[in-house]
Amino acid sequence: MSKSILYDATLCINCKQCEGACAEHNHLPYDDTVAAEDHQSEHKFTVVLNKNEKYMRRLCMNCAEPACASVCPVAALRKTPEGPVIYEASRCMGCRYCMVACPFGVPKYEWNKLAPRVQKCTMCADRVQAGEPTACAAICPTGATKFGERDELIAEAQQRLRQNPGQYVNHIYGLNEVGGTSILLLSSVPFEEFGYRTDLTRDPLPIFTYRILSRIPDFIPLGGMVLGGVWWITHRREEVAAAEGEAKQEVFYPQGGDRSTK
Amino acid sequence: MKIKPTFWKLVFLFLMAAGAYATYVRFAKGLGPSTNLSDQFPWGIWIGFDVLCGVMLAAGGFTLTAAVHILNIKRLEPIVRPTILTAFLGYVLVSIALVFDLGKPYNIWHPLIMRNPHSVMFEVAYCVMLYTTVLSLEFSPIVLEHFKLHTLLKIVKAVLIPLVIGGVILSTLHQSSLGTMYLIMPEKLHPFWYSPLLPVFFFLSAIAVGLAMTIFESSMSAKHFGRQLELPIIKELGRVLLVVLGVIGILRFEDLLHRGVLRLMLKPGYEMYLFWLEISLSLIIPLVLLTQKKIRSSAGGLYVASVLVVLGFITNRLNVSITGLESSAGMHYVPKWTELAITAAIIAAGFALFGMAAKYLPIFPAEEHHAQAEGVPAAGAGVFVHAGD
Repeated sequence: MSKSILYDATLCINCKQCEGACAEHNHLPYDDTVAAEDHQSEHKFTVVLNKNEKYMRRLCMNCAEPACASVCPVAALRKTPEGPVIYEASRCMGCRYCMVACPFGVPKYEWNKLAPRVQKCTMCADRVQAGEPTACAAICPTGATKFGERDELIAEAQQRLRQNPGQYVNHIYGLNEVGGTSILLLSSVPFEEFGYRTDLTRDPLPIFTYRILSRIPDFIPLGGMVLGGVWWITHRREEVAAAEGEAKQEVFYPQGGDRSTK
Repeated sequence: MKIKPTFWKLVFLFLMAAGAYATYVRFAKGLGPSTNLSDQFPWGIWIGFDVLCGVMLAAGGFTLTAAVHILNIKRLEPIVRPTILTAFLGYVLVSIALVFDLGKPYNIWHPLIMRNPHSVMFEVAYCVMLYTTVLSLEFSPIVLEHFKLHTLLKIVKAVLIPLVIGGVILSTLHQSSLGTMYLIMPEKLHPFWYSPLLPVFFFLSAIAVGLAMTIFESSMSAKHFGRQLELPIIKELGRVLLVVLGVIGILRFEDLLHRGVLRLMLKPGYEMYLFWLEISLSLIIPLVLLTQKKIRSSAGGLYVASVLVVLGFITNRLNVSITGLESSAGMHYVPKWTELAITAAIIAAGFALFGMAAKYLPIFPAEEHHAQAEGVPAAGAGVFVHAGD
C-alpha cells in the first residue's frame, strides 16, 4: 500500500548523511559546500536545517493529492500508488506551473540549462518500487528518518505524541495538510520556525480547480444550444419582417469593400 | 495628434534590434541569464503580461462576432473585421511569447498527445489552439476576397455561424480558465485577488476590455488611417461597456464583502496601493466618466474611458499574476531588460502587422464619405499606429 517517511526531529543528530545519500541516489554532486547550503535547490533535494541545535528536514512532501501533478498539462508529474510523486523530464515542456502551484515551494528549476528540468525529491521511486526504503531512511543512523506503511507510521507518531507529550509540538505535520502527505514530521519546536506553513487548508488543492474544470464538458453542449437558439431567434425576426414586406437586405459577413483611403 | 512616421519607424527598428539581441540571449544562454525569474518567482511578465493580458486584449474578437452574428446587431458590422484582425494577431503573438517563456519550447506540442484533463493549463492550451484556428478561419474571408478565391470563400461563409458559436464557447472557456489557473494557490495569492469567483472576473473583464479595445481601436484608426470615426457605433459600445463595468463593480464589491476583505482596503501597504490603483483605473473613474451622458456621447470621452479600462484591467492581471504573489514568495520581482525588450518587440510587431494588414487587405469597409478622407495622408508602411497585441 502507500508508503511514507516519518521524520522525528527529536531523534535527529544533524549528521546530514541523508543529504549525502540523497545526492548519491540522484547522481548529484555533494561536498562540504553543498552540505553548507541551507535550502533546497535544483542540486539539493533534501536539507537538514539547524536552528539553535534544533533540527528539521525539508524535502518534497509527496502529497497524497499533489497540486503539481494536477496542474501539469502534459502529466510529466505523477503520483504513484506506492506514494512517490515522480517526474518524467521527456514529457515536460517547461511551463513551470508545478512550481507556482506547489504549496511547499518544492519543485526547483535548472534555470541555467538550455534543456532545463524540474528537480525535486521523488521519494526514491525506483527503490520504493523494489520494496526498499528510501536512500535517506536507509542510511539514517538514529531512526529519525523512518520508512514504512503510511498507516503504521501515523499510528507510531501518535503513540510517540501520547507517550512524550512534553517533548513534542502536538501536531503530526503532513497528516492533514493539503489532504495529507507521504512525509510525516514530528518536532519539538513549532514547524513555522523552519518555514513550514501551519495555516494550509486540509482540502486537497486539486479540488479547487477541478470543481470548475469538471463542469466544462457539460457547458459545451449547453452553450452551443443557447447560442444557436439566440441566433435562430434573432434571425427569425428578420425573416418574419421580410415576409411582412419590410425591405431588409441580407448582409451576412462584412462586405468586401476596398480600402478607401488610398 | 499627428506623428511623423519616420520617428516611429526609428522606434520600431530600435525595439526590433533590442528584441533580436534579447532573443539571442534567451535561446543561447537559457532562462536564468535572460530573466529575473527564480525558484521563488517562476512566472514573470511573459506570463503575466504577454499571455494573460494578451489573451484579454484580444477578447474583442469573440465579443464583437457574438454581437453581430449571434445577436444580429448589424449596426456593429463595420468594425468586426478590424476586431477579428486584432484578435487573430493577439493570439499569434501570445503563442510567440509562450515560445520564449517555456523552458523547452520544442515540446510545446506535447499537450496534443500527452493529456492531463485535470490540468487547467491543459484545457487552456487546447482552447487557445482551437480558438486560434477558429480566428484564422474567421479572418480568412478577408484574405480569400483579396485573392478572389470564391469557392473557398463560399465554403467558409457556409460554416461561419457554427464557427462563431464555437469561437464564443472556446473564448468563454479559456478566458475564464486563465482565472481558474490561480484557484490552485489559495495560500499564495493575496486575498484582494484570490477569490472563488476568479474565473467569473476574468471572463467579465475580458468582455469589458474587448469592448474598450474596440473603442480604442476605432478611435486610433480614425486618427491614423484618416477614416471617418464610427461615432454612433462606439457610443453604443460605450453604453454596453458601462453596464458591464457596473456588473463587475457590484460583483467585485460583493465578493470582497462576503470574504471579509473590505477591512484590508484601508490598511496601508503595498497590496492596498496596487488594489486601489487597479480599482480606480478599471472601475471607479471609467464608471464616473461613462455615467455622464455628455462624456459618453463624445469621441474624446469614450477614448479616455476605454484607455483607462484597458490599463485598469492590465493592472488587474498583473496584480493576480505578479504583485499579489510577491508577499507569499517573500520577494519582489522586477523584470530584467531582456524580458522587457522581448515583450516590447512583440507589441511593436503587433502594431506593425496590424498596420500592414490594414494597408494591403480589405479590413475596413468602403468609406462613404470620401470627401472627409481627402487631404489626409494615407496610412504609410505599417510601422506607426494602431492597436496590436
